[in-house]
Order: sequence, then C-alpha cells, then structure tokens
Amino acid sequence: MVASECDILAKAEEWAKENRGVALATVIETWGSAPRPVGSHLIIDENGSFLGSVSGGCVEGEVVTEAMDVIETGKSKMLEFGVADESAWRVGLSCGGRIKVYVEKLD
Amino acid sequence: MKIALLSALNAERAKRSAAVLVTDLDSGEQRLVKAGQLRKDPLADALHEQLRLGKSGTVEEQGRQYFITVQSPPVRILVIGAVHISQALAPMAKLLDFDVAIVDPRTAFASPERFAKVALHAVWPDAYLEQNPLDRYSALVALTHDPKIDDVALSAALKAECFYIGALGSKRTHAKRVERLKEAGFSEAQIARISAPIGMDIGASTPAEIALATLAQLIAALRKTDAVPAKTRVSAAR
Repeated sequence: MVASECDILAKAEEWAKENRGVALATVIETWGSAPRPVGSHLIIDENGSFLGSVSGGCVEGEVVTEAMDVIETGKSKMLEFGVADESAWRVGLSCGGRIKVYVEKLD
Repeated sequence: MKIALLSALNAERAKRSAAVLVTDLDSGEQRLVKAGQLRKDPLADALHEQLRLGKSGTVEEQGRQYFITVQSPPVRILVIGAVHISQALAPMAKLLDFDVAIVDPRTAFASPERFAKVALHAVWPDAYLEQNPLDRYSALVALTHDPKIDDVALSAALKAECFYIGALGSKRTHAKRVERLKEAGFSEAQIARISAPIGMDIGASTPAEIALATLAQLIAALRKTDAVPAKTRVSAAR
C-alpha cells in the first residue's frame, strides 16, 4: 500500500526517473482543524495523475491544476486554502480549517 | 527540488537513518541534513527539536522562514510469538503502514499456513536480533508469555530504547517478569517502560480485540506528545 509520506517520496523519485514532469506538494502549515498534518505530501505528474493527499480530498483538484502549471514554468508556488480564503466557495475546507501548501517541481 | 536531493533523502530512509530536508521558503533553496551532521548546521537546535518530535514543521530564523521535512525511519513492529493474537495483529498493522515481523522458534506456531503474506521467522529471538537489531523507531510486542522466548527480546528492546514495548501476561506473570529483569540489571524506571498487561484498556477479550488494543497503545506511544514539555513543542508541528 502506498500510504506513508516516505513511500510517496519514493514514488516521486520513480516517476521523475521515468522522465515524467513531476511536482511535489507539501502541507507547510495548518490552522484549526485540518484533515492532513504538516508534512503530508501529494505528488502530481504532467498528465494530472496524482498520489497521496494534502487534505481529505477537498482541495486536491485545485492543487493538481496549480501543480501542472508549476511543472510547466518550473516556478514554485505557495497556495493557501480555507474558509477565510476568497476561493472558499469554489474549493475550500468544509472542516473550517486553513492550510498552506508549497508546490515545487522536481528537476 | 533537485531529483538528486530526493534520491539522497530516499536512500537515507532505505538505510533506516533519520534525515531532514530544509527548504528556504523565500528563495526555494534546499539542503539535506543527515542525522549525524545535524550539529554543524546553522539551524541545528531547531532541526534537532523537529527530529526529536518526529514531525515536519516551519521554523523562523532571522526573519527567514524554513520548512523542515523530517524523515524518520519507517516504524517497525517485532512480534515475539506466532500466536492467535499475532494472526489478527499482523494484517491490522499492515493496514496502518507498519513493517511487521513475527518471530517464534516453535515451528508448530510459526507455520506459513497460519501466517500468509507476513515476514515470519521460525528462529529464536536472539538469532533474529543479531541480524535485525532493534532501534528507537522499533516497537516490541512480546506475546508468548514464555520467559525463554520473550525475555531476550524484552531485554534487547529496553537496551535499544524502543518507542513501545508491550508484553502479554497477567499481573502475576508480569510480576515474575519484573523480578527477572531486575536480576538482569534493569532499573525500575527502565522496566516501567514495558506496557503490561499489554494493550489500551478497552476491555478487549478476543484475540483480534487484544491486537487492536495493543496497536492503539502503540500508536499513542508514537503520536502523543504528552511526555514532551509544552514549551518545547513547535507550534507548526501539530
């Protein structure tokens, strides 16, 4: 089962070595009740395939979209999600927490 | 992140060595610090604290924000005794992402028919431990209540400072065990680290329930930070 954070990092290395464009998203900070702890990872490839999680499925879609942009430009991004966020109606955390996610390209 | 850096991080994990990845959140610069080189790093104190807690988190130093990705070795559970409880415990532990190994020299117990898809070793614990030493990221679950089999492993677990040590047996069985360990030179504080009777008190009665209670207690030992003074906790690493 690929479930622990370290297994996900091993998978990221495998993907990158297959010459796939890969981005790594990491939960950097959480406030209030957040579904996944700091240090949780989501990896995304250029086709939008992903593994792992940064929330309970609430914001993964948005992170994947942003990650594909990061893969293309090579520029890291800091994303923030939560009810206080303007995008709350679009994507947000129904649990009422807030999270900060760092997305970087593997190169 | 550079792929070479990720490979190095993964290689440390494969060796069961702890390491931290430091990311400067402003510049994006990253470095890998292996457990043995922690002292030389400018963020040594913060890194040491994060590693001790086994949690990733953000630290601030001179106005700059750094994210510390902590990689502790994967948790291993060594189960002594290929008994009924182990049959339930092994698949549960797998589901929880723990590496499990079962050791029991009694071949009637340690038979592959009873344990499918589990690392099963029909050898004496001392022989197994010689090849696979315990460490702080290991848990020991002793289930035979046979001193000849359990005691060697319990002693090894106390010496290796395993994060969790549990032993099956009634209060009477445990009282005798405590006497033996005292004679072997262990202090009362050391012996008190053994959870016995094993498992969180949920009134468990069937083998599967005892397995669940044991894993619950093991996870509490791994995750709860009650033992850590509040002021040394790192706020971002909840």
